[in-house]
Amino acid sequence: MSKTVIELNNISKAYQLGQIGTGTLSRDIERFWLTKVLGKEDPFLKIGETNDRTSKGTSDIVWSLKDINFKINEGEAVGIIGRNGAGKSTLLKLLSRVTGPTTGEIKVKGRIASLLEVGTGFHPELTGRENIFLNGAILGMRKKEISRKLDEIIDFSGVERYIDTPVKRYSSGMYVRLAFAVAAHLESEILIVDEVLAVGDAEFQKKCLGKMGDISKGQGRTVLFVSHNMASVQKLCTKGILLENGIVKSNGIIQDVVNDYLAVSKNSSEELIDVKKRKGNGNLKFIKGEIKSKNIEFVESFNSMIIKLEYDLNENININQFRIDVGINNFMGDRVAWISSSNINNKFDIADKFIRFEIKNLPLAPGDYSCNVYAEVNNEIADWITEVLFFNVAEKDYYDSGKLVPKNQGSILLDYNIIS
Amino acid sequence: MKNINPSHNWDLIIKGKTSLFDVRFNDLWHYRDLLLLFVKRDFVSFYKQTVLGPLWFFIQPIFTTIVFSFVFGKLAGIGTDGIPQYLFFLSGITAWNYFSDCLTKTSTVFRDNVNIFGKVYFPRLIMPLSIIVSNLVRFAVQLLLLLFMMGYFYLNPVKGTSFSFSNGIFLFPVIVLLMALLGLGIGLIITAITTKYKDLTFLVTFGVQLMMYGTTVIYPLSEVPTEYRKFIELNPMTGIIEAFRYAFLGKGEFTLWSMGYSTCVTLVLLTLGILIFNKTEKNFVDTI
Repeated sequence: MSKTVIELNNISKAYQLGQIGTGTLSRDIERFWLTKVLGKEDPFLKIGETNDRTSKGTSDIVWSLKDINFKINEGEAVGIIGRNGAGKSTLLKLLSRVTGPTTGEIKVKGRIASLLEVGTGFHPELTGRENIFLNGAILGMRKKEISRKLDEIIDFSGVERYIDTPVKRYSSGMYVRLAFAVAAHLESEILIVDEVLAVGDAEFQKKCLGKMGDISKGQGRTVLFVSHNMASVQKLCTKGILLENGIVKSNGIIQDVVNDYLAVSKNSSEELIDVKKRKGNGNLKFIKGEIKSKNIEFVESFNSMIIKLEYDLNENININQFRIDVGINNFMGDRVAWISSSNINNKFDIADKFIRFEIKNLPLAPGDYSCNVYAEVNNEIADWITEVLFFNVAEKDYYDSGKLVPKNQGSILLDYNIIS
Repeated sequence: MKNINPSHNWDLIIKGKTSLFDVRFNDLWHYRDLLLLFVKRDFVSFYKQTVLGPLWFFIQPIFTTIVFSFVFGKLAGIGTDGIPQYLFFLSGITAWNYFSDCLTKTSTVFRDNVNIFGKVYFPRLIMPLSIIVSNLVRFAVQLLLLLFMMGYFYLNPVKGTSFSFSNGIFLFPVIVLLMALLGLGIGLIITAITTKYKDLTFLVTFGVQLMMYGTTVIYPLSEVPTEYRKFIELNPMTGIIEAFRYAFLGKGEFTLWSMGYSTCVTLVLLTLGILIFNKTEKNFVDTI
């Protein structure tokens, strides 16, 4: 039986919303008086609620993580998954000791190295070689340990020719390669990796994933991997932990957890009426958005996807011109596609107060996406909301071959065939 | 899951509530290489792509000395204990600069490094300690300037002035350590408080400047009217600067009592600083 290397007991983390500044001193004194002197429970933590950012809370304390309990055994590769804001990053921060938990305790056996970012502490004026030492030391390596592995690191990075050039002259790809090379050669028993691997070119990404596979399977070290990318999580990890609104939703064999995750992300509709961060004069105002598939429960590649937007109109104006656009972004926030009522001939009636876009054969690769919705009335911006209507495109055996398109091979899928 | 060994010996336990005295000094030792690499980084990045390079270390003390000699020596006519004016001011400035650099740089350590601190863990104290050592390099270079000037005035004596090394020079390492630790202690307290209350940041540069006038940098303690002496002596830096001058130039009111007082204040502030800093480092990323 393998032994436990990480154990979390009732871990919670509270964040204060809004401004920290004016009023904090008096509040701190009040808090100190109540908790330390009178020995009462902390009033500012008691009124907290779970982390659901869509609904407006009554207090300005929010629990990013609430009563998290789990154990990780030696040599396991655990994928931590969840939607944006589910608490994944907070959990990583706690485990890598960047910030402390509000309550509970974390017990760790062995050295932890965490990679929340590649190239932390790189100094642009220093050469590649000097930065290897600096970055390695920041990540917890001793100097002689780095010297011993220096050749290996340089070799892995593939930037040998530039190793004595200041890194400010590097291309961004070279920079990332060098940074990952340092991290990949850490000798810690536990490795925590954030989605940082989603950088660099496809070939290098493959190399990184291969290296991570080596670390967990070949060398028997424990790996915690946080990602949105279900394919790489499934490939690398044996176990999974699904977080939702700061609580552990499911925990177990990776395939089960991934299925739970996909089930959560089916057919979502979202209220847009209360979104505060929006631009526009309000002559047209989105109230609700819905993303669904025509015949099955969730959105998948090469199936239909319907985006329905409901809106309100200002009745007091004459509408001469209007259009509604939807921009689709990938999880990195990069635009992958754009659809608009303006470049389609079969007009819809603006007075219907809803619009439905149908995408017949969705060519998007599996992963998480979000939308920007935009409306224009009489050549003025009426409403514009960014980063809403999150949806997940599920994995599917698109080509009926039992094989999937490898991850990192682009974000669109083509309907192709081999002809004679 | 059952543990083989129920009394598991964990290497690390992270808790929500920790004791104030939970400072991990052995962690600090493990990261000693990092400290030196930070020092190297500071030094290299300072002079890379500058024309004059390390010469910049000299320019500030030279010009300050000239200005001080003119304003306080010539115009105000403040006595200098019979030491050549340039030497008097230069010695004060060299020592004071080291202290004030240590203080001001450590006082912004959390804000300046929030990017690194927010991404990776290493004992946060490494950062301020590396600042102290980096400044030590700079101080050593400026000390060479002082020694050079002493050589010059030894060969070209100014009438009515005299100076010489004294046996206080053996205390030199202690004096430097006191300056560093006092600056570090105050800096740590300030940086910890400013993660939440930013107001203090505005006070630092200004406060350090005012504090200089309350220290015997531009006047010797012997020139202070007796009714104000008590206040000047209360300043822990006074004893240190006087001792520094006594060590190098043989003048100044060096007493064991004042050194003892400065040492006590330094130790108290340093301990307080380390404790507060240590308490703050765990969660400062959330509030800064």
